[in-house]
Amino acid sequence: MVIAIASGKGGTGKTTVAVNLAAALARPVRLLDCDVEEPNCHVFLGADIQTSESVGIPNPVVDEEACTGCGECAKICQYSAIVLPKDKPLVFPELCHGCGGCMLVCPEGAITEKDREVGVVETGRAGPIAFVQGRMNLGEPMAPPIVRAVKRHVRPEAINLLDCPPGTACPMITAVRGADIVLLVTEPTPFGLHDLQLAVETVRLLEMPFGVVVNRVGVGDDRVHRYCAEEDVPVLMEIHDDRRVAEAYSRGELAIDAAPGLREEFVRLFETVSQRLAARAAAEAE
Amino acid sequence: MKLCLTAQGNTLGSPVDPRFARAPYFILYDIETDGWEAVDNAENVQAAGGAGPQAAQRLAKQEVEVVLTGHCGPNAFRTLQAAGIQVVAGVEGTVADAVEQYKAGSLTPTEAPDVPGHWT
Repeated sequence: MVIAIASGKGGTGKTTVAVNLAAALARPVRLLDCDVEEPNCHVFLGADIQTSESVGIPNPVVDEEACTGCGECAKICQYSAIVLPKDKPLVFPELCHGCGGCMLVCPEGAITEKDREVGVVETGRAGPIAFVQGRMNLGEPMAPPIVRAVKRHVRPEAINLLDCPPGTACPMITAVRGADIVLLVTEPTPFGLHDLQLAVETVRLLEMPFGVVVNRVGVGDDRVHRYCAEEDVPVLMEIHDDRRVAEAYSRGELAIDAAPGLREEFVRLFETVSQRLAARAAAEAE
Repeated sequence: MKLCLTAQGNTLGSPVDPRFARAPYFILYDIETDGWEAVDNAENVQAAGGAGPQAAQRLAKQEVEVVLTGHCGPNAFRTLQAAGIQVVAGVEGTVADAVEQYKAGSLTPTEAPDVPGHWT
């Protein structure tokens, strides 16, 4: 089972939901922090990092002796990562997505690839939680290759929780794609609603099952709830605005240890998700 | 000799656009004949990334020798340099003014990008 925890807006509580859900289950789960631009699940779990592997993007290397300056490489590159200003190509590594197209089309075989490190994937443990996180190197613009490397640690037979990057662009889509269900965390504010709508449109385009977790209920207004009702979007959990939760977060501690009853509510969230997935699987089998 | 001026519009009266690769138009101006044409740069304005190298490559194909613009970042500069195209940054006013200033010799090429890249 793969549960992706995402949101349109940042700072709505994705990490809060991910780490507290993982800890509340009190059994073997896998928590994968895909928010590679600033992974912070480890702070709340006190995870013990045991392994680290480099993640690279294959960048083209041009053999200028063999290159005839035909420009086929520059023509195929959609990102202008390789251009032909005069008679020899120029490569811009930070623009390269590593697709290998330039190497394939080069009629002289003058292009080879060399990995350039863009981040790392680390694994470790926090009690029964198997922990994986990606970290992007400073100054790198592209998160998806690292997100993909983190997701290679998904084990479909286990419970996998993915803490996804915010937004609705490539990093988020790379993270949620392939999950069994997406939990969209939002807050009952105008910004929360605006970005929730974008996130709902995104997961609908991806044709993925999803539900909403409303965090900090009690602040703002009721427009998020009205939107969910109108759009037939299931609200799977509500987390009430509670100073103790905010204080725990600011200390890097788990909310379930600070607010009585929250642990049980996270367990119930998991049960709700499991039931929905089971019902869906049954419906698909028919 | 062909100049390229980054412009906000497609006439000689248009203001010089401060951005190199994402300017709406390139005015290509031949200083020997005073002939000119406006090239629509909409494709680069919309580009997600790589606008600098792409624009520079395009101007190289047009056999431009000098670019007059507001600012030029590192990727664009590197590509223009590889193409042997000089860059004059800090240009303001209308396209026509800038051409006159260039002809009068009051503009000097820059030796380095005058603004940082988007990712550093």
